[in-house]
Amino acid sequence: MNIQNRKLIKIATAGSVDDGKSTLIGRLLYDTHSLTTDKIEAIERSSRQRGYDYLDFSLATDGLVAEREQGITIDVAHIYFNTDKTNFIVADTPGHVEYTRNMVTGASTSQVAIILIDARKGVIEQTYRHFFIANLLRMSHVVVAINKMDLVNYSEDVFLKIKADFDALVSKSNFSEEQITFIPVSALKGENVTRKSEHMPWYVGNTLLDHLEVLEPEDLQESTAARFPVQLVIRPKTEAYHDFRGFSGKLYGNSLQVGDRVTVLPSGNESTIKSIHFFDQELESAAPGSSIVLTLADEVNCSRGDMIVKSGEVPKSEKLLSATICQVNSKPLQVGQKYTLQHGVNRVLAKVDRIEAKVHTDFSGTEETDQLKLNDIGKVHFKLSKPIHFDSYHQSKSNGAFILIDEGSFDTVSVGFIE
Amino acid sequence: MSNLFIPNPKEAESIHIIREVAAQFERPVLLFSGGKDSITLVRLAQKAFFPAKIPFPLLHVDTGHNFPETIEFRDQLVKELGLELIVRNVQDSIDQGKVREEKGRYASRNSLQTTTLLDAIEEFKFDACIGGARRDEEKARAKERVFSVRDDFGQWDEKNQRPELFDMLNGKIHVGQNVRVFPISNWTELDVWEYIRTENIAIPSIYFAHKREVFFRDGLIWTANEHVYREAHEEVTEKWVRFRTVGDMTCTAAVLSEAVSLDDVVNEIRQSTLSERGARIDDKRSEAAMETRKKVGYF
Repeated sequence: MNIQNRKLIKIATAGSVDDGKSTLIGRLLYDTHSLTTDKIEAIERSSRQRGYDYLDFSLATDGLVAEREQGITIDVAHIYFNTDKTNFIVADTPGHVEYTRNMVTGASTSQVAIILIDARKGVIEQTYRHFFIANLLRMSHVVVAINKMDLVNYSEDVFLKIKADFDALVSKSNFSEEQITFIPVSALKGENVTRKSEHMPWYVGNTLLDHLEVLEPEDLQESTAARFPVQLVIRPKTEAYHDFRGFSGKLYGNSLQVGDRVTVLPSGNESTIKSIHFFDQELESAAPGSSIVLTLADEVNCSRGDMIVKSGEVPKSEKLLSATICQVNSKPLQVGQKYTLQHGVNRVLAKVDRIEAKVHTDFSGTEETDQLKLNDIGKVHFKLSKPIHFDSYHQSKSNGAFILIDEGSFDTVSVGFIE
Repeated sequence: MSNLFIPNPKEAESIHIIREVAAQFERPVLLFSGGKDSITLVRLAQKAFFPAKIPFPLLHVDTGHNFPETIEFRDQLVKELGLELIVRNVQDSIDQGKVREEKGRYASRNSLQTTTLLDAIEEFKFDACIGGARRDEEKARAKERVFSVRDDFGQWDEKNQRPELFDMLNGKIHVGQNVRVFPISNWTELDVWEYIRTENIAIPSIYFAHKREVFFRDGLIWTANEHVYREAHEEVTEKWVRFRTVGDMTCTAAVLSEAVSLDDVVNEIRQSTLSERGARIDDKRSEAAMETRKKVGYF
């Protein structure tokens, strides 16, 4: 089997300190034979040195020296494993209050969220925050892994109590019940991770790995209107391709095919797709996610940052924007501040016009504020120097999100989800 | 719909990243080692810009201790694709007194490459260096960004990295800063090999099993030749081996193998239980070896 045929499932994990998240990932890696002999040996050695009588799988993922010293995970780490049918990418994000930005970052590139709950502690404030972010980012699916079941005698009552508490949260979110799955596990002992637990006969669902494998990328991909943001104009200026003028980019939302009537934004000029190229192949049509080159039948003005869409499916083009912002930098966002707003590959200047409210990430409502600090989430109104061509984040993840870049440091300071 | 093209998601992501480099930077360069990862990058770059040529040069930092097969392969590839190749030599950095050759049992020029690389970046004013590092290689790499901003000294500050949201890449930098770009961050070793097989990409012969004079030390198989320090009691024998990475001869160990075709190699990798960097002698020095080297500007 080759990579083209294997599904790719991207997962973000979230848990509080000591929920056993690293252990769970380490267990998944170990049980799918994704840990190599030298890594297992290193884990055995470290576990022995620390005097543990079990294998400390958390050592499989806790990378940096600073983390090993503090025994915590401090940034998003990417972990890879595969089964015969599926490639998995796990964005392992830390669970501290102050690291909301890391979960938002990890979740932005993932389709599935695994939220860990310590069976002894149940639903805590951190759980609210993790679920809030999964909801804000519109994850396709949430797996609630209730861990450390071995420490509560594999009790169904404990499981049901936590599930009921969590269901109360689900009712406050945009998720439907089918998008949420509860699995009782013991990462340390390997119960219900990849092997069905004999200690929990009352649980009839899939193991965690089986559940992740059942998810279909088709379910996970949104199908909306085709959006083709132009990255670069390709002009070979060679003899064979003397007059070639192609537009390269990555296609989102839906497929495009030769002959489609299209509109180029911002000019509004219309043309027809003359050809679609992928390296030396000419394609009839391309599915969303393709990095391709298009040529158009007419000589129209089109350059980097422009967007090619199907005529009749034109997105909004506006200079005023309302968005939910998550602040991912220690420099606060304030009214009157100017930023470079990057929407896909397009950049414009943006000014903070008004901060409507700071949103509590525990679903408890909003409060007035004049600034958004690191890890704050809030509703903000912007004025732009030029219109951008957007959909709401609710309609289109790819065309409904943007980042703000600080004009001084050039750091990425905020991520925005357009209303 | 008839003949709908379904992309390989990892390939499409890498092409997107490479195009962003060409669009956001003035002087990008592709760091080319002659290894399978940088060869894969060259193919992805071809795909990103076709039918136009790759719009940036390749830079090879040559330790002088490379396998001759790798150098031959490099020159052939550059010629075939009409690419611009820049070579800078660690030997020159040694001759200029900027770095000192290591001595003894584990002497290697691998870590000396950093100085030569940083000098080349300054000489050509490169603002983006594209490299073939992957996050699955080593745990310090697991936290690396796709666009990784380095300061004037080439240093990596893992606590102060820009968050990367969705697939929006922020390549805005100040004068003197540069960005290391890792388009195949999300690929695994098996992904790379399966891609090379699917695409039928040519690779240097040392990746396939061949007979070689080797000796054994610390459970690893070392190449026996004049560049590699060997003690008198370390006996040279001839074995069927191949290499899983092609770094400097002094820091790249061989594995016993009979894989003579790409199919064989892919099967071997799939079944292998020794990780790729397990055969990198430079990482064995200490558990934090890679992280320490990255902080000072190693690739």
